[in-house]
Amino acid sequence: MTATRQRARDRSTRAGYAFLSPWLIGFLGLTAGPMIASLYLSFTDYNLFTAPEFIGIENYQRLLTDSNFHQAAKVTALYVVFGTPIKLAAALGVAMLLHNSRRGQGFYRSAYYLPSLIGGSVSIAIVWKAMFIDEGIVAQIGAVFGGPDASAGGWVGDPGRTLPMLILLTVWQFGAPMVIFLAGLKQVPTEMYEAAEVDGAGPVRRFWNITIPLLSPVLFFNLLLETIHAFQIFNSAFIISNGSGGPAQSTLFYTLYLYFRGFRDFQMGYASAMAWVLVIVVGLISLLLFRSSKSWVHYSGDDR
Amino acid sequence: MSRTKNARRTRGSILFHAFALAVLVVILYPAVWMLMSSFKPSSEIIGEVSLLPANGGFQNYAKALEGIGGISFWTFVLNSLVLAAGSVVGILLSCSLAAYAFARVAFRGRNLFFVCMIATMLLPFHVVIIPQYIVFNNLGMINTYWPLLLGKFLATDAFFVFLMIQFIRGLPRELDEAAVIDGAGHPRIFFSIILPLMKPALVTSAIFAFIWSWNDFFGPLLYLKEPGMYTMPLALRLYVDQTSTSDYGAQMAMAILALLPVLLFFFAFQRQLVGGVATQGLKG
Repeated sequence: MTATRQRARDRSTRAGYAFLSPWLIGFLGLTAGPMIASLYLSFTDYNLFTAPEFIGIENYQRLLTDSNFHQAAKVTALYVVFGTPIKLAAALGVAMLLHNSRRGQGFYRSAYYLPSLIGGSVSIAIVWKAMFIDEGIVAQIGAVFGGPDASAGGWVGDPGRTLPMLILLTVWQFGAPMVIFLAGLKQVPTEMYEAAEVDGAGPVRRFWNITIPLLSPVLFFNLLLETIHAFQIFNSAFIISNGSGGPAQSTLFYTLYLYFRGFRDFQMGYASAMAWVLVIVVGLISLLLFRSSKSWVHYSGDDR
Repeated sequence: MSRTKNARRTRGSILFHAFALAVLVVILYPAVWMLMSSFKPSSEIIGEVSLLPANGGFQNYAKALEGIGGISFWTFVLNSLVLAAGSVVGILLSCSLAAYAFARVAFRGRNLFFVCMIATMLLPFHVVIIPQYIVFNNLGMINTYWPLLLGKFLATDAFFVFLMIQFIRGLPRELDEAAVIDGAGHPRIFFSIILPLMKPALVTSAIFAFIWSWNDFFGPLLYLKEPGMYTMPLALRLYVDQTSTSDYGAQMAMAILALLPVLLFFFAFQRQLVGGVATQGLKG
């Protein structure tokens, strides 16, 4: 009896690994292996043509004094810190609005989602550039609303306004998190709102005491994924700055600088060190979010 | 009583639609501006808030379709199509197999691998591209499509695995159990029961796989060096670099053409796309 059960389990294990084998090969060969390799490379000097030379922590020390790296870290941090909350607030706000009305919801939801699908493309980066350039329509519309005169210059060439321009581009793509918020809102039982209304709770109290706690798992998911994605912005900055990170390094995002070092200057060791710093930063932020989530994310079924 | 309630509801509804439409105008303005600009002469584009072209025509499209530096426009379309089709096939095959293993087969190590799979969703991919590039370079695969397709056949995109796991978990277990009683093993259960039932998840995955491959810029930028191998986004960038910066009309036309398949997919499958994004956030 136990022998047959044992045999069944063996069969199941064999089947499991057979089905998993493509993923397993990919995971070991294209993810885990390369991660270890880049950790090793980050301690070497390697230019792709001569053998890697072990130099200890020199690459990491160099990062500390590299002003370009500091600039890249600063630009990326500002982008993450401002872009992500604004985008999520827009997504949640519009989701709340759409959720309360049944008519036309499907249409608006699809239409608002469209930018998320095309926003990262080269095409949209080119359009964004054409709209924000000197004397472009954004500068013209801005002038109507009391901004600087359009002929004074656009956003693309102004180091102080390139970051807001790219933040606007990511906020424009609020549709994907909005769709996820809407799916979460659908699971909030309407009886809770009715009961709260009977008890005399106003819309603000209902939002903070019902919507936010019940939506917190979805909010957490969106916050985590959008933050991690924001760190990896590349296409739009690369296209709009013509592959330069300019003007005045104002669009020199982390990934852009990593690309320059690794694939323009072929400093593979230095670029690997940068990649690992990014992994550690993203890992720490994820860890922090997971830790903090225990106090503000409520999963249904929790007694609290 | 009911009349005032009705009146209030009508007023609320009008307010809602007014606001929703205002948001819609802001959201779609760049897309519509892009489309309209592609029909305008370049001199009318920059700084022109008005959407309607005064001297409209297809001249920009004619120019864009001429190709770049002797390479036909259709070469780029074909390259992008080959890559997108390969991605779709690879992702459907490898991810559905992996998803079945995670969702339905009991084996030692499953939980550990599941955590690894989820972790790859959060991992910045920059940490793997340098060693990958070195290996592909040593194998002489630069300027081929192998580096761009291999990962697709090895289920490295955890988003799709996760999407399919969620779907399989929603299928009734009784189906598998009945098949086991009939003596079916895992391969038979997968191919004749689960896979046919997974069609909605496969369709959603195929659409996303196609669109993401079509829009991908970083991968082709790294690995494709010869303009004859370029995909549409790379060709678009080359085009912008080569044309004089003031020729925005042709650039807009080319940008529209590069987005056209994505837009067609969006209009045909918006329900599946939005549904796919929605399930992503619901934890299983």
